[in-house]
Amino acid sequence: MTRDEALFEFLLRMGDNTLILGHRVSEWCGHSPVLEEDIALANTALDMIGQTQLWLGLAGEVEGKGRTADNLAFLRDAWDFRNVLMVELPNGDFGQTLMRQFLYDAWSFVMTDWLKGSSDPRIAAIAEKAHKEVTYHLERSGDTVIGLGDGTEESHSRMQAALDYLYPYCGEMFEKDKSDELLAEAGIAPDPTELRPEYDDIVGRVLAEATLAIPGGSYVHKGGRNGRMHTEHLGHLLTSMQWLQRAYPGAAW
Amino acid sequence: MKNEWPLWEIFIRGQHGLSHRHVGSLHAPDAEMAVKNARDVYTRRNEGVSIWVVEAKHIAASSPSEKGPLFEPSESKIYRHPTFYDIPDEVGHM
Repeated sequence: MTRDEALFEFLLRMGDNTLILGHRVSEWCGHSPVLEEDIALANTALDMIGQTQLWLGLAGEVEGKGRTADNLAFLRDAWDFRNVLMVELPNGDFGQTLMRQFLYDAWSFVMTDWLKGSSDPRIAAIAEKAHKEVTYHLERSGDTVIGLGDGTEESHSRMQAALDYLYPYCGEMFEKDKSDELLAEAGIAPDPTELRPEYDDIVGRVLAEATLAIPGGSYVHKGGRNGRMHTEHLGHLLTSMQWLQRAYPGAAW
Repeated sequence: MKNEWPLWEIFIRGQHGLSHRHVGSLHAPDAEMAVKNARDVYTRRNEGVSIWVVEAKHIAASSPSEKGPLFEPSESKIYRHPTFYDIPDEVGHM
């Protein structure tokens, strides 16, 4: 594996996470419990789609086969996606959506913070912009997790159920393979396992304040990040997300 | 209704040097979330550099029925407007 191949893989992972989660969150548009949350979720989704353009745009450039961010987003099938499984899971209720957002934001915060100092200036520039957005996302999702976790009996039990369901998906974000090692050696991207202590610190602090208990057990759902497998949900998501480009190839407006 | 979030009035300062202006209102469970909601609802198009939120119930307002006594007396006092002075050209724009 060359360094550019590893870099392409890494950029797909970054861009596919933001693309798929951005699409998931956008599904709330017009359906949120209150107007204020509806707008806030749409803003978050748009921020993530914006980050996707940058990550996948650079991925296409690094690949050097003339593929654009749009090509990569709309013309790949499920097995080519490299997002972690957590972001493709259905939204569930509002609490589950915000719990997933928080668990993802905390990782994204630590990751983009590291990438600001990447030895590849293109990556550092994207991270610089994304980190500001992610900082706000994390503040917002963290506060909501605290508000709902330490809220009513019903909101607390829903948030605990969401955490029990989602927590086993967190470990995949810290998986490491050959391409990660290559990039870590070159100072381009971090060794994913090294992000874990700071992540655990943020997540532990917020969940404690939310009076939620981190579930025990060490089982980790994984396979999306390395392309070995996705959940059944990704295909359904792509069906609606890619429909227009599939039905009318090259359509533009 | 008990389950409704309180109403907050939102004030945004557009640029340094200008004062905060009332831009609208929204619902939020507490002041911190009101600031966040205001950020998402009212500053999406780069409208602001500072946000104030005030819970609507804390705003004391003049009563419309007192409009006469409150505001009409000043209508006849045109001498309170500084329009009877010749301003020297050297002063420039005031």
